[in-house]
Amino acid sequence: MPFLSGLIVIASLYVGLIVAMIAADAAYLVTDPTGKGDDGIVAGFGRLVRPLAKPEIRYAVKLSLISCAITAILSVWVAVPLGYLMSRYEFRGKGIVDAVIDVPIVLPPLVVGLSLLILFQTIPGRAIERVFPVTYAIPAVILAQFSVACAFAVRTMRVTFDQISPRREQVARTLGCTRGQAFWRVVLPEARGGMVTAATVAWARAMGEFGPILVFAGATRMRTEVLSTTIFLELSVGNLEAAVAVSLLMVLAAVLVLVVLRWAGGGQARGW
Amino acid sequence: MIVVDGLSVQSGAFKVEGLSFTANTGEYAVLMGRTGCGKTTLLEAVCGLKPVRGGRIRLLGRDVTHLPPADRGVGYVPQDLALFPTMTVREHLGFALDVRRWNPAEAAKRVDELTELLGLGGLLDRRPQGLSGGEAQRVALGRALAFRPGVLLLDEPLSALDEDTRAGMYGLLRSVQRQTGVTTLHVTHSRAEARSLADRLFVFDKGTLRESPPSSLQDELLDARGARTDGSA
Repeated sequence: MPFLSGLIVIASLYVGLIVAMIAADAAYLVTDPTGKGDDGIVAGFGRLVRPLAKPEIRYAVKLSLISCAITAILSVWVAVPLGYLMSRYEFRGKGIVDAVIDVPIVLPPLVVGLSLLILFQTIPGRAIERVFPVTYAIPAVILAQFSVACAFAVRTMRVTFDQISPRREQVARTLGCTRGQAFWRVVLPEARGGMVTAATVAWARAMGEFGPILVFAGATRMRTEVLSTTIFLELSVGNLEAAVAVSLLMVLAAVLVLVVLRWAGGGQARGW
Repeated sequence: MIVVDGLSVQSGAFKVEGLSFTANTGEYAVLMGRTGCGKTTLLEAVCGLKPVRGGRIRLLGRDVTHLPPADRGVGYVPQDLALFPTMTVREHLGFALDVRRWNPAEAAKRVDELTELLGLGGLLDRRPQGLSGGEAQRVALGRALAFRPGVLLLDEPLSALDEDTRAGMYGLLRSVQRQTGVTTLHVTHSRAEARSLADRLFVFDKGTLRESPPSSLQDELLDARGARTDGSA
């Protein structure tokens, strides 16, 4: 029994920490900042909503939703072929490709942002900038989100394809399918749950992205400000209330993500 | 007719070399050998799923050695059946017809025929998850036979079934083969299966293939080594 109690103590410490963090955010809003004590849910709700009505923050909400959606779609679009390639084919240098895909996951976020910034200072980078401005503009927000989020999507899709027996594609090919037809007709329908998971994970990563966006896209209000930037900007001017309100909004988004993941089934089994 | 002539196949570190055998049109050939002797590799080479390093494969008079699996006209039932979890039984039976762009009325007629032939009535709207072992087996067989292939390849098709179901499947395989006239190559490690089904028997042993009359199995059963391998069936 001491063993089990040990497990339970350690587990509940961590779970308790997570719950306490979120509860503290919520409690902060319903507690009267003037120190006169609890002034109730209604006033608290007002404090939650008021900052969200600011045009800058509404812009950030909109940009976050749009950029995260684009990132999620792009990530799945890249992760499906890349995950399939890594799962089904053996080729020279596969180990290296595999390691490279993991780089954005292990790299410090600020380094990702700085690397992107420098990439667009090179000759080909500048050439792109002349036609299509990226740095310190909205495309930089999406590219910064995508470069990290996609790595998670690729990992998810690879595990998804690993779990689908190649035998089914082989049978489909004996039944008259080309490799491509076998993929579209047999593999992809089976990978649907994995694709929802990959998109959701990518979306969530994109939503939480901060470092690379700050470095590569800047934190210009009404221009490249996303929700994580808002928290940073509001905090830096001492407006804790708005920072917490936006944080709670992001907690809500995270809860939604978890619900989708549960619904898509077996997020835990997908290797992240 | 299935003609395999001097076939060499490599699969990872594992290889089979210089194998030859012939099964005539309409025959039920059984290829018997121990687990891990290369039977599956051989079958996959005939399907086109393993690249051939040497030798030829001819099916119904056509050299298919380097054709993609889709163009070989073989029905294939792998050991694990590999049914498609997202499709119903009806979609399984119609899969090859849909890929081949049969007109829908013809395809529906063919699905009805297969349903009748394999006793799948009442299961058509189910998915593989809801099927028993014997039912899944019949669906895999129907999916492979749908486009009327000239050659049927079965890889240990009965190994996952309980004994009663297996006995029923012997009869079904026999009658399906008689009715369709499909040239069948059935790979197994079970002497009982070989004894019940084979028109022709090939024994795969220590990397070589020899033909042996199906009746010889009775005598070999007395052989102590033979009795032991049969026990694993």
